Amino acid sequence: MSSLDALRAAERGPQQPTEEFVPTALDPDARADAFAATATDRFADAVLEREDDLVHRGPWRTRLEELVRKPGLLLALAWSLAVLVAAFAPSLLAPGDPLSGVPADKLQPPSAEHWFGTDQLGRDLYTRVVHGTQLTLEAALTAVLVGLVVGAVIGLVAGFVGGVVDDVAMRVVDVLLSIPALLLSLALITVLGFGTINVAIAVGLANVASVSRIMRSEVLRVRTSTFVEASHAGGSRWWTTLGQHVLPNAAGPVVVLAALELGGAVLAVSSLSFLGYGEPPPAPEWGALVAGGRDYLSTSWWLTTLPGLTIVATVLAAGRISRALDGDPGSNR
Amino acid sequence: MTRYLLRRLALAAGVLLAAYTVTFLVLYALPGDPVSIMYGGESSDVTPDQLDALRAEHGLDQPLVVQYLTQLGHALRGDLGDSVVSGQPVTQLLGSALPPTAQIAGLALLVAVLAGGSLAVVATATRSRRLSGFLLSLPPLGVAIPSFWFGLTLVQWFSFQIPLFPALGNQGFASAVLPAVTLALPTSALIAQMLSRSLLHTLREPYVDTALAKGAGRARVHLRHALRNAALPALTVTGLVVGGLLSGAVVTETVFSRAGIGRLTATSVSAQDIPVVQGVVLVAATVYVLVNLLIDVIYPLLDPRIVTGARRRVAPPTAPSPSPTQAHGSDADQAAARVAVPAGGTR
Repeated sequence: MSSLDALRAAERGPQQPTEEFVPTALDPDARADAFAATATDRFADAVLEREDDLVHRGPWRTRLEELVRKPGLLLALAWSLAVLVAAFAPSLLAPGDPLSGVPADKLQPPSAEHWFGTDQLGRDLYTRVVHGTQLTLEAALTAVLVGLVVGAVIGLVAGFVGGVVDDVAMRVVDVLLSIPALLLSLALITVLGFGTINVAIAVGLANVASVSRIMRSEVLRVRTSTFVEASHAGGSRWWTTLGQHVLPNAAGPVVVLAALELGGAVLAVSSLSFLGYGEPPPAPEWGALVAGGRDYLSTSWWLTTLPGLTIVATVLAAGRISRALDGDPGSNR
Repeated sequence: MTRYLLRRLALAAGVLLAAYTVTFLVLYALPGDPVSIMYGGESSDVTPDQLDALRAEHGLDQPLVVQYLTQLGHALRGDLGDSVVSGQPVTQLLGSALPPTAQIAGLALLVAVLAGGSLAVVATATRSRRLSGFLLSLPPLGVAIPSFWFGLTLVQWFSFQIPLFPALGNQGFASAVLPAVTLALPTSALIAQMLSRSLLHTLREPYVDTALAKGAGRARVHLRHALRNAALPALTVTGLVVGGLLSGAVVTETVFSRAGIGRLTATSVSAQDIPVVQGVVLVAATVYVLVNLLIDVIYPLLDPRIVTGARRRVAPPTAPSPSPTQAHGSDADQAAARVAVPAGGTR
């Protein structure tokens, strides 16, 4: 979430105020508490630091234990795993056919037999959601990839070359940022036409601006460091310097952004598929599933609610994981 | 002040021109033939001769530069072309669609500022860790909820289960409530995130201690001293999300079957009506530019430290516009970081 904050903190030096409300001089009790707490924390940290040596545990063991202490992250990882399985092997989770239904079973509420209920044609909604994962996730991943690659290249070149190239690229990015992303996607779809891949490209291109901004700022930071200078001085060609030294060191925040953007892409893709610009009707894209339940809103709540909750959970999971990748700023374990 | 204003105006005009150019490039210069996109598709019975005639009629047989300059000339005179589907002038379509959208967008902005603002204030003021933790976990949730689903859920509860508001249409104030709340959700989440962050930061400033030491009450310090200083970054974000409200309207107005800019956009994209889509994007860019201009004017009034005259002014924050669909922390963080300087946030 705040890779940039972390960056700035690094620039400012080690004294970093904590996220909490710091007690004031008017609050001596609180200060005493905080002091006691700090002392305890220090002791606990020291113990924790030496714990590995004391009990001979590998770093993986420690990492796993840390994970258990973060139930939210664990849940997010579990959900993401389920979503990935649903995307790449949907039949494992839902063996049925998402496109054919039993008309006699139409509009059944959720039950043991039909976990998410059935729709107006008697198709099992759970099966449709699971099989729709592939379309939605594919589109979201493509979108992030497109945005990441194009944005990273622009940012990398702008930051590394500098000068006029940098100025022009960043002015273009500024203009792109003045048009709301969804509208930019819609304009692209108008030209590209409908379908999952076009939606993905449109969403991805609309995100280029923010990625290239962050990439550029990272490159600018790395470019001036000593090892880049050393690489230049050592006689490396510029592309070697760029590829081997600048890129790997500037990529971190961009990866965090990508994880975050995956959630945003899922939202954008399902919004566009809700509007009807994705695959044509029988395909079970998440957004289209919610749209399909619109006409039965007053009688069959599950048709919109359950696919919607699936989207919410996926976006939340992506956000939580990206925060974890970012080193969990402000989290108290 | 006049020079400051003139400079901002020139900058705004520049951004508008650039936005026009980008839309033109996207819609006309990308591979693909605008005429066959608009009039044909694969299934149409338009003959190649007719396509050529249409191309000539719309000037699309000219080189791209000529097309661009002609269109720009027309646009400067207030002529954005005609809709391909209905044949009506685009400006007329936009003009009639703008008021209903402005109604829900304005209401949504009000709701978002009030809800997001009070959430941030309460979350930072409360001494209960549990309450503040709970309140601070709400904004990320708000950003993760797809607005189309939220709108439908609202309809389900407040139109069907408890018939309080009409489910669709634009008759009267009652029909604007649910769309406005739908539109306000991602916006208020962003405002809350931003404001609580900057409030927490501001509350650590030495002048807060000074005010407390001089005997001011906690409420007074929180609202009069801290909030006023913390509000600046939040104001920037508010400016940015107004553009997002417009794109949020595309989804919201579809959900609630309301007439407006959003509905116009959705139908125009479906019909691949390029002139109308171009007009809508231009409106969005104009709104963005105008709102930021307004905020630039308000800034010096709120914070006298921002110098507007001949002295070098701290560059105005130009952060990525977080639209509701892809609004997330990093944008907000960036915006915060950038405005931290004029807001006096860094020690």
